[in-house]
Amino acid sequence: METSSTYTAQQKPSEIKPKDDVHIRVEGLTMAYDDLIIQQDLTFDIHRGEIFIVMGSSGCGKSTLMRHLIGLMRPAKGKILYDEKDFWGMNEKSRVQMMKNFGILYQSGALWSSMTLAENVSTVIEHYTDLPKDEVKDIAYLKLSLVGLTGFEDFYPSDISGGMRKRAGLARAIALDPKILFFDEPSAGLDPISSRKLDDLILEIKGSLGTTIVVITHELPSIFAIGDNSVFLDTETKTMIAYGNPKELLENPPQPVVREFLTRGEQ
Amino acid sequence: MRSQYCINSPNAPLTTFYFVSGLHFHRDHTGTRLDALRITPVSDSKGVLTVSLGGEWRYGVGTGHPTTLFDKQHSHGEIKKIIFVEDDLTFWDSSLISFVKKTQDSAKRKNVSVDVSRLSPGIKKLLEIASTIPALNDQPPERAQHSILLALGFSSMRWTHSFADTLEFIGELLLSFGRFFRGRANFRRVDFLQVLRDCSANSLPIVTLISFLFGIILAFIGAAQLKIFGAEIYVADLVGIALVREMGPMMTAIILAGRCGAAFAAQIGTMTVNEEVDALRTTGISPIDFLVLPRVFSLALMTPLLALYAIFFGIIGGALTSQIMLGISFTQFITEAQNILTPTQFALGLIKSFIYGILVAFAGALNGIHCGKSASAVGVATTSAVVMGIVTVVMAGAVTTYIYNLLGV
Repeated sequence: METSSTYTAQQKPSEIKPKDDVHIRVEGLTMAYDDLIIQQDLTFDIHRGEIFIVMGSSGCGKSTLMRHLIGLMRPAKGKILYDEKDFWGMNEKSRVQMMKNFGILYQSGALWSSMTLAENVSTVIEHYTDLPKDEVKDIAYLKLSLVGLTGFEDFYPSDISGGMRKRAGLARAIALDPKILFFDEPSAGLDPISSRKLDDLILEIKGSLGTTIVVITHELPSIFAIGDNSVFLDTETKTMIAYGNPKELLENPPQPVVREFLTRGEQ
Repeated sequence: MRSQYCINSPNAPLTTFYFVSGLHFHRDHTGTRLDALRITPVSDSKGVLTVSLGGEWRYGVGTGHPTTLFDKQHSHGEIKKIIFVEDDLTFWDSSLISFVKKTQDSAKRKNVSVDVSRLSPGIKKLLEIASTIPALNDQPPERAQHSILLALGFSSMRWTHSFADTLEFIGELLLSFGRFFRGRANFRRVDFLQVLRDCSANSLPIVTLISFLFGIILAFIGAAQLKIFGAEIYVADLVGIALVREMGPMMTAIILAGRCGAAFAAQIGTMTVNEEVDALRTTGISPIDFLVLPRVFSLALMTPLLALYAIFFGIIGGALTSQIMLGISFTQFITEAQNILTPTQFALGLIKSFIYGILVAFAGALNGIHCGKSASAVGVATTSAVVMGIVTVVMAGAVTTYIYNLLGV
């Protein structure tokens, strides 16, 4: 097993060999709802421009980790560093300013239901820029066209399908050309072809914009198709038990439960 | 050998059940015999019970119960092992699997081994899957009976949390007001106008009906009492003062709590469930600016106007009753009411309704923002919004009346 590419619970954080250009660093993170610990001692790096997968079985705390990373939940212990700046250590104003660099695609799309698709995208642009209305509209239309929703600009979220809602959510997430994109279960509720198209779109975004992308998923085809690096959260031990490239983890699983997960329990 | 045990047939209302030598068959309501399941148990001197399963096992026709195997088969003493075999089994579905599984479970509790190896592979596979569902690692939350003191403690903690949440929300709302008046709040005029319309024009029919009927009720009560003293004309004073100072604003607020407060909680609660509120926060837009402010402003503005409207229709109702019951003409009623209803009385009523409007919107928005993440949580939030809205309105009514009394107005 290569220690540089995989991390097991037995290793100490100091034993992990840091790669260059760390974009997000999670240090000794413990997540809890009051006294109920969800995950503890999470330590890993996410490098600039990579697609990082957070995987694990249902209920292991993947989405909770995302809520910590995007500023919706404060850690019970530990730090989250963006470009070496302590995200939860800074004041709220600075944190909100930093959140401007985030684009988030929620599991359900989370489009604002009282607005059209174009308004959903343009609201974000209007909030952070002083662009004239025409220009905001042009950018919103452009973003929608990038996700294949040309012609649907004036539709309301309730008028379109689940897959389209997800794509519209992605258009809103990339509205400000964020430096980091978070995807919460992007394939959930999508058919295999739509799911594959969304994977291609994620790869295109990474290729063209060099965005760091964090994907919360347990969809194996997506994990292997797009993941550069990953962390595996275990429900049983309530901590991470694997860290590394998903394909390498498949070849060299550090724990039986990781192999079982990555092979759908078939090996 | 005649019947040794019985097979239950609870789901077969149209069939009649027969039992002959371990063979079970049914007749439908026309008397036609249906092919049916067969269970033939044979026990030996070593305590081995061989159970032959045959015939047709179909859902809804009938099924066996394992207790019959254990309770009624004692011809050779205690059963130590059960072996299932097939004997001319023509059709089976989950009813057979269920029977064998139930037998396995009962046998396990009685330390009796069960051999299913002679059953066909399909049955064995299903039994295997049904038996190998892994047990949950996490125990379900304890539902132990707590002592009264412990329950009181938990309840206090919940109340403290809820109180802290409310205080936090008030703080956020005040900050949001500050941002609004400095022109820095993210406030969508379109949303404001939409909410304004929902709370005003769309509420008119119900406000008209309730206030008109309420005016009639007030006049009825007043007329019955004042007639005794020959002071019928004062019905106009009673109806006018009651409606303008207290009941007009309060009635309107209670209608709005049921109509708009509940709608606010449901709208914002659904947005919370759909992660739309999270999306606002992570975009850097305050949900209070965006969702709560338009609603608070709408109700603060519209409740006094609707209260005035309610007062008008209440007085019409009162005047109508007075004319019919007491013979007081419409002009007489209005002239008497005008004497007592000074602009100050109206101002006091409108101040109250302004406060009520804010409280109703506050209750709706607070419960919506703090809604849980499930569909049932939206229902709870909506109910809480209405209850909280009505309770706070009545409490505020009592407090303001006391203050007015102290001030002598």
